[in-house]
Amino acid sequence: MSLLGEDYTTEEGEFVINIGPQHPSTHGVLHLKVWLDGETIKKVQPHLGYIHRSIEKMSESLSYRNFIYATSRMDYLSAHINNQACALCVEKGLQIEAPPRAQMVRIILAELTRLASHQLWWGCTGLDLGAVSPFFYAFREREAILEIMEETCGARLTQNFCVPGGIMADIHPNFQKRTKDVLKQIKSKFQEYFDVLTGNVIFENRNKNVGFLTAEDAISFGCTGPMARGSGVSCDVRKWFPYDGYDKVQFDEVLGKEGDCFSRYMVRMNEMKQSVSIIEQLIDNIPEGDFQAKTKMVLKLPKGEFYQRVETARGELGVFIVSDGAASPYRIKYRSPNFSNLSALDHVARGYKIGDLVAIMSTIDLIIPDVDR
Amino acid sequence: MTNEELKQYISALFPTVTYDETGEFLNILIASTELKPLIKTLRYEDDLKFNFLFCLTCIDWKTNLMMVYHLISKTHKHIVVIKAKIADIVKPEIETVCDIYQTANFHEREVYDLFGVNFKNHPDMRRLLLDESWEGYPLRKNYVDENMITI
Repeated sequence: MSLLGEDYTTEEGEFVINIGPQHPSTHGVLHLKVWLDGETIKKVQPHLGYIHRSIEKMSESLSYRNFIYATSRMDYLSAHINNQACALCVEKGLQIEAPPRAQMVRIILAELTRLASHQLWWGCTGLDLGAVSPFFYAFREREAILEIMEETCGARLTQNFCVPGGIMADIHPNFQKRTKDVLKQIKSKFQEYFDVLTGNVIFENRNKNVGFLTAEDAISFGCTGPMARGSGVSCDVRKWFPYDGYDKVQFDEVLGKEGDCFSRYMVRMNEMKQSVSIIEQLIDNIPEGDFQAKTKMVLKLPKGEFYQRVETARGELGVFIVSDGAASPYRIKYRSPNFSNLSALDHVARGYKIGDLVAIMSTIDLIIPDVDR
Repeated sequence: MTNEELKQYISALFPTVTYDETGEFLNILIASTELKPLIKTLRYEDDLKFNFLFCLTCIDWKTNLMMVYHLISKTHKHIVVIKAKIADIVKPEIETVCDIYQTANFHEREVYDLFGVNFKNHPDMRRLLLDESWEGYPLRKNYVDENMITI
């Protein structure tokens, strides 16, 4: 059997092209097999597993403190939020809660992560569709956020700052001041983002009326995050199942109407504003106190099953731990948002032109390590 | 609906099911042959309307395999977990649900890939993450990787 698989069949006039696994517009090692009739897409078949590292199997032999670090490598742009999901799930099993200070720092860092992630996405979307300059504008602000991460967490991308029971260390003395400076900078640049890319005629023409996904299909395909919200499906975990004190924060769930690429684009752009507003509410009110609850050296979860979900920058991440009472999980399942979002790609792309596939791919905002795990 | 109401509603239609409420959600334990009719009822009845399958996975309990389906209703906001035991671990088989929830297509392929559960009537039952020539099912507890080096 060849790389193309058994079902390599074409009808009269159809042909098949392979995009990837190494291709600039697939945002990672994703291999797409595309059936075309002229320029029109008949079918898209994603081939996965190029960076499958069996994180689920590895976690079965790691302790409850250690398995968290592997999850930074899943959705590496939401590394902190992945860690938070695992820490919360272990806390749920141990029936402990992180101290208020730790919870608030976690939310602030999570929203900073979301901002950094959306900025990278914004830059890459422009790059995919032929606009090179947004990439540099986006990285200017993203760099400032990553510097805050580096100072407080000790790492820029894979923070590993969440531990069961709180956060690993107290925040850096400069944390509040620098965060406020960055927020000020980002707020003054929003208009620039819109001027540079959103209002551009070429960009709008390539995104509007392309890649429609109805609300019903979004639910059936298990889509979450900005992809589902672009179709008007309310699915923000921060609103539906608040964790770490999101219920005490004022923010709006951003919903789109049309369900096309431009609608998904606008959801992410407006989400950035909401993230800024969340951080602004919290940054001056970080309570004093411990940053970590007291836990035993060796953590053992009671027998049972625990499910915890969080809202990453791409949607709902679920961590499902099955425990048999030992010091490491019996079975662990990561319900990753990108995996479900990718499954809708074939449905969304059918009938559009091959050039539109790039616009659809970039507004789905895939992170392949999260799909493969 | 509350858990009690859900239990009454489902028991009236499927008298053989049993419940487990020790965890966070209401767990419904059902025989693997009755899974499909149950999920169909949960999805299409107006009072239940479980339209979002947010997690589909399998657990290897060494003597049997267990399929786990997490369902939520976006309209009524209730959650259930359905568990179907597959007794035959040599040749496990269960009916597919991907005609009810399209997300199940990829998730079932992943379970087939890593646990070896064959989903009957699935439109595209191939390995998803691993190579076509891979032998064995890595997430099974009895899986031994000969190439693994322990440091």
